This record gives sequence, C-alpha cells and structure tokens, in this order.
Amino acid sequence: MATETAHAPQTNFNVSNEKMGMWAFLGSELLFFGAFITVYLIYVPRTADGPGPEVFDIPFTSVSTFILLMSSLAMVLALAGIQDRDLRRFRTWTLATALMGLVFLGGQLYEFTVFVQQDGLGLTTSAFSTAFYVLTSFHKVHVAIGVLMLGTLWFMSFTGRIRADGHGTNAVENVGLYWHFVDIIWIVIFTIVYLIPVDLAT
Amino acid sequence: MSAVEDRQGGSNLFRRPSSTAGVRGWLTTTDHKRIGIMYFVAAMIFFMVAGIEALLLRLQLATPEAQVLDSDIYSQMFTMHGVTMIFFALMPLSAAFFNYLLPLMIGARDVAFPRLNALSLWVFIAGGIFLYSAIFFGGYPDTSWVNYAPIQEVGADPAGYTLESGAQSNRMLFYSLGIQIAGVASLASAVNFITTILNMRAPGMTFMRMPVFVWMTLVVSFLMLFAMPIIGVALWQLMFDAGYEGNFFRPGAGGEPILWQHLFWLFGHPEVYILILPAFGIISEILPTFSRKPLFGYAAIVFSGVAIGFLGFGVWAHHMFTSGLGPVANAAFGLTTMFIAVPTGIKIFNWLGTMWFGTLRYRVPMMFAIGLVAMFTIGGLSGVTHAIVPHNAQQHETYYVVAHFHYVLFGGSVFGLFAGTYYWFPKVFGRMYNERLGQAHFWLQLIGFNLAFGPQHILGLEGMPRRYYTYPPGMGWDLWNLVSTIGGFIIALAVLLFVINLIWSARKGPAAPEDPWDARTVEWMTSSPPPQHNWDVVPTISHRDELWHRKYTDEEVPRPVPAGASPDHEASAGAEEDIHLPDPSWWPLVLAAGMPIASWGVVVDSWWLIGAGIVVMLFAGVAWGNEPATEPEHDEQPGTLQP
Repeated sequence: MATETAHAPQTNFNVSNEKMGMWAFLGSELLFFGAFITVYLIYVPRTADGPGPEVFDIPFTSVSTFILLMSSLAMVLALAGIQDRDLRRFRTWTLATALMGLVFLGGQLYEFTVFVQQDGLGLTTSAFSTAFYVLTSFHKVHVAIGVLMLGTLWFMSFTGRIRADGHGTNAVENVGLYWHFVDIIWIVIFTIVYLIPVDLAT
Repeated sequence: MSAVEDRQGGSNLFRRPSSTAGVRGWLTTTDHKRIGIMYFVAAMIFFMVAGIEALLLRLQLATPEAQVLDSDIYSQMFTMHGVTMIFFALMPLSAAFFNYLLPLMIGARDVAFPRLNALSLWVFIAGGIFLYSAIFFGGYPDTSWVNYAPIQEVGADPAGYTLESGAQSNRMLFYSLGIQIAGVASLASAVNFITTILNMRAPGMTFMRMPVFVWMTLVVSFLMLFAMPIIGVALWQLMFDAGYEGNFFRPGAGGEPILWQHLFWLFGHPEVYILILPAFGIISEILPTFSRKPLFGYAAIVFSGVAIGFLGFGVWAHHMFTSGLGPVANAAFGLTTMFIAVPTGIKIFNWLGTMWFGTLRYRVPMMFAIGLVAMFTIGGLSGVTHAIVPHNAQQHETYYVVAHFHYVLFGGSVFGLFAGTYYWFPKVFGRMYNERLGQAHFWLQLIGFNLAFGPQHILGLEGMPRRYYTYPPGMGWDLWNLVSTIGGFIIALAVLLFVINLIWSARKGPAAPEDPWDARTVEWMTSSPPPQHNWDVVPTISHRDELWHRKYTDEEVPRPVPAGASPDHEASAGAEEDIHLPDPSWWPLVLAAGMPIASWGVVVDSWWLIGAGIVVMLFAGVAWGNEPATEPEHDEQPGTLQP
C-alpha cells in the first residue's frame, strides 16, 4: 500500500490516502478496544470465587509498560532519522522499537504463565479471567503485528523501498501512527485493568 | 499493455500478474468496476439462496401443523435466511453500487486502495463459502440472526444440542466466524470509501456538490467503521465461549447474557441504517432525473442522512424493552427512537417535493423508487409504533415485528437496490434492459410483497409468535399465513423475471447511449460502459448536478447549451500519458483464502490448520507489501526500471 504514494496524485486534503486510511482504521480500533474494555469493567467483580485482580504484579507490569512507552520514543527517533535522510539512524531506531516491543511481549507472556501456573487463573476460571485474558491478548496481537510491520520497514530499507532520499517516509509515518496508537491503548488498559482495581481492593 | 508483457520475465519473487483477460483477469483485477460487478453477481446468488430458504419457511407455515421442515431444520433455515440476507446479500449489493459508482460520481479513476477493494470482495465471498460449509460440520446456526444468549449456548432444542455437545458449538462457531469474516470485508470497504470520498474528488467537487448517493455512501462508511468493530468484539467473545469454554455470556461463571444483546444491538441498529441509506442515496439520484427537476431540499436530505448516522448509535435499546432495563432507560430510548423518525420523515417529504409538479416519466427505475417511498413509509410508521414502550412489549417477538422490518428492508432496501440496478444497467453494460419485462417485475414484486408481508401485521397483532416452526389450527391464523405464502412465491417469480431480464439484456439488449435518461450527474458523461480509466479527462466540477448544467442553460425554461463548452474539453491533448491504473494482483485473493482456512481450524480444533491459515495470510500480506508494480512508472525498485 504505502509504496505507491510517491506517485499518488494530489489529494483533496493534502494528506496521503494511506495516512487518512490509517486514521480511519484507528478510529475503528478505538471502538474495538472500547467495547472490550467496557466488558472487562463490568466483569471485574465477577471472579466466581477464583482469583481476582489482586494477582497482578504492579511493579513487574510497570516495567514492561515503561519499556513499551520508551518504544514510542524510539519510533519517533526512527521517523526523525528517515526525515533527516539518515538511513543508519532510521535502521537503528526501527530495530530498537521492534526489540522493545518484543521485550514487552515477552514480559506479558511470562506474566500470563505466572497467573496460570501459580495463581490458578485460567481462561475458563471466571467471567473476570476470560475478559482479562481476551482483552490483553488482543492487545498483544496488535503489538505483534506492529513488530512485524517494523521488521518489514527495516527490511525495506535494504531493498530500496525506503531510501536515503526520503522515499518511503510515508510508510514509516503510517507504521508510526499505528505503533503510537497501540501504545496509547496500552496506557488505558494498564490504568483501567491493573491500577484501578488494586486501588479499589485496598 | 505491451510494456507490461515485456516485464513478465522479471525474477522478482512476488511477480505481478500481467494479463487482464479471461478468468485470471477477473480473479486478479483491482478495477473498481469489475469488482463492483463481481460483488453484484455474488450478492445476487446469496440473495437467491436466502430467498429459497424463505420460501421453505413459508411452505412450512402455509398450513397449520405442516410437515415440510422439522423444528431443527426450520430453525436453521430462518437463521440462515436472516444472516445471509443481511450480511451476504444486502450489504454486498450496496457495496456493489458503492464500488462501481463512487469513483465515477466523484470524478476519480479508481478508489483510494484498489487492492484493499479487491480484498473486501474476496473476503466477503470467502466468508459466505465458510458459513455455508457449516452443513458438513453438524448443521447451520439455528438460534436466529440475533442469536441471543443463553439460547446460543443451549441451542434451539435444549434436549438435543447444548454448547457442550459438538453440534451446537460448531453451529455457533460458524455463526461467529462467518460473520466475523464478512465484517472484515465491510471494515476494509469502509476505510477505502471514506478515504476515496474525502481525498479523491475531482477538481471543484466540493462536499455540497457531491451527489446524494456519495453522501449516503460516506455516512454508511462511517457507520460501518464504528459499528463493525462492536459486533466484531461480540463475535470474538462468542467464539471464545463456544470454542474455548470462555465465560462471556455464561451465567454459571459470572457471565452476563444481556451483555450480548447490548453489544449486538449497539451494532445492530446502525446496521439497519447501513442497509437502508444506500437505497435512500440511490433513489435520491433517480427521483430528480425522472421528475426532470433538481432534488428538492438537497441540504436537508444530506444533513438528515448525517443526523440518522449519529442518532443511529443512540437507539439500540428499543430492541430490548422487554429485557428489564427499567423505566428510565426505556423512556429515554423510546424518545430517541421517536427522534430518529424525524430525519427519515424529512427525507420522505423532500422526495415528495422533488416529484411535486415534476414531469414524471414512469420508467422502471422510477417505479421502484416511488415504490420505495410508499413501502418504506409504511415500514417507518410501524417502526414508530415500536417506540411506544407498552405497545412494543405487546408486539415483541411477534409477526408484527417481522412485517415491520420486511417493509423497511425489502420495501426499502431491496426496492431501492433494484431501482438502482435498472437505472445504471445501461451505464454498466452499454445495453438497455427490457422495459416491459421490468414493468412486469415491478408490479409482481409490489403485489407479491404486500401479500407476503401485509398480512403479517395482522398475524402479529393476533399474537402469532416469530420463529415457531408450526402452529395449531383454529387460532385464526390459517388464512393470512396462506396469503403470505402465496405472496412469497409471487416475489420469487418477480425476482426470476429480474434475473432473466438482466442476463438477457446484458447480452442481447439494444445498445445504450452515454446518457439514456438525460441524467444529472457526471457518471453519465463517460461512455457506456466506461473505459477502464473511467475518463480521458477528469471533469472539472462547477455545479451540483454538473452534467445538467453542461447540457442546459440556467434560464427559466432551460435550453440545451452548445456541445463542448465545458472547461475540461480544452486541456485534453496528451493527458492520457498521466493516467495511472491500479495493477492487478493475486494477493487479495490469497489473503482472503487464509481466513476460512484458519476458521475451519477453529471449528475442528486443529492448531495446525489455524496456523496454516495465519501463515497464508501473513505470506500474502508480506507479498502484498513487496510486489512490484507492473507499469514501469509505478516501480519503486531502482535498477529494475524499464525504458
């Protein structure tokens, strides 16, 4: 998609089609996560005598949240790199963004195994557990797709689709939009899912 | 195209297909007009399948205690009738019109994302094939298209099918994943059409000069953009409940059955407007043309359409008045439901104003358009009666509701879509349809439709419940059920005439000129059928009803203007070189094929199959991003450019 923009005709809003399409898609994603988060909020107290939100390890998740937020900074630096026509900086920071995304995913998967094996909180335990796992897993799927897109960008800088003359900047910008969105959604999930229920419990 | 063939020997892993001829040309096309035609054909096939299902239902109900279908088959048939009609017939039929007409109406050469457009088509077809493959896995979904919890868990026949028994679980997986796949297609279309309308209008095509059909497409696209993710969430949750023992809607472990209703109708009511607004847009083009007057109250029609789009998200609980929401919620949603009748009424009055003192020409498109105004008004009025909460409670789950929404969806959407089919048929195929056959179609359909669904008002008021596979004699329902069945078969005959007319006329009809109706919008400026690039010169727009102003003067009694006076006729020399056409691609088709593969994996509980589907999708996605353009000037890769 993004590779055809260099020849795109002038658009009515002076925004590339790809960017406008991405914004529309992200608007749709807001309702996707909004519905999942709403369902989760309804189901927080419904633990069916199983474990509840008290199993969350706030310090651990805070660290992985911090890493994910820093990946947004790296994404900004990667975009700045390609905008400054500096292909090396672009590659470094793109790879850094993807790696931080992977670290976040690893942390989340580790957290899941702890919940399942030590706390006995399985997918089928209660309405709370189902809502929790499905919401956070869909977010993880989004992060994973973002990592794949970042890897593709990095790869594209070697095949000439992203070049030091600024060609392909639009693609980087769009992936950046998506990545920042996924981060912002995580801030909402982290606050609502992890922080607020613990406050209520204590 | 010779440059295209020269490049065929390239060694790139992800080669572009180069031929636009034959079956391969259709499978790989990214041309919005071909995609539109395929959308129409596929949707009409689903429309007829769902129609046959409806005839089976009517046969079973024609007489008391009939033995045509048993309870289980009957439940599967009415569920599939609803799901197919809504997700695989009406929505794709609308999409066919969006696809074909949108770029032509705004003066573009294609949509913003041609390959994404092809993806929408193939994903929709893949979803339909997946849903209908349920017959091999224990039967079709059987708990109606609304599929409430907890009946989705226990099944229509609690003794025989529960979620724990394989059959019901499979049926629910086909429901959730089949509609989920169709939803992906709608979402992709929504992104595509929004971007196209906002970004790709011809010079001078301001928002308030856009044809009403384009406006309605924009509203519908936003509705799809915001409604599809909500049903997506509900369907994912149902998938986890049915396939992986989740607890979203199971009361046993804290799940909330009513939650399904909220999510479903928060999507489901905007969906009603997704189905009807395209038809409103279509007849807003037809009525002025055949009344030989400009559309009365253009701005009012546009803004009432936008208002419907907003209000459509605030009325969902009127489907749930009997679920115990409490008097405050009931009163609030009763009020918003009455409010939403206002913009719809504005539209009706503006259409009447358009026809008032017009020089009406009663050709087939006009007949269907007037049919819509009349029939939809009946459906709209019975809809207002649902806003009255006590009345609603009385009619809930009776045939009165069935009558209401068939007047809205058949008397509204289907009449409008058929009107549009006749109206743009000459443009699409370059041939005229058969007028007499078309008139016969209209009258048969109008009579059959009123016979089929009119009596259901009475049946509902007499207390006949929906979704029961039979009824005892002596309830006073026998006569009207028989009449309704006869009406159903008359509709079937009418649709048969329609299909015969289309197929025959597309091959043998008399040749159609560019502008057979003396129409008002720019799609009638290009040849019939349009060339692949739509326009030799993109038109410059200076008026609403641009084509009319190019043909006639602005005087009290308009006179034809001399030909060639329009500004863009001058700068045409050499413009052809700048035309970029979207290149064909295999990857939309391949990506779409991955979805049912992964979904079958969920049904048979095979991680290998799920993985295979995901690998197919990822591979197609990577190939999508990396395939070269066939035309040299599109190519991104230095060193492979051809002179």
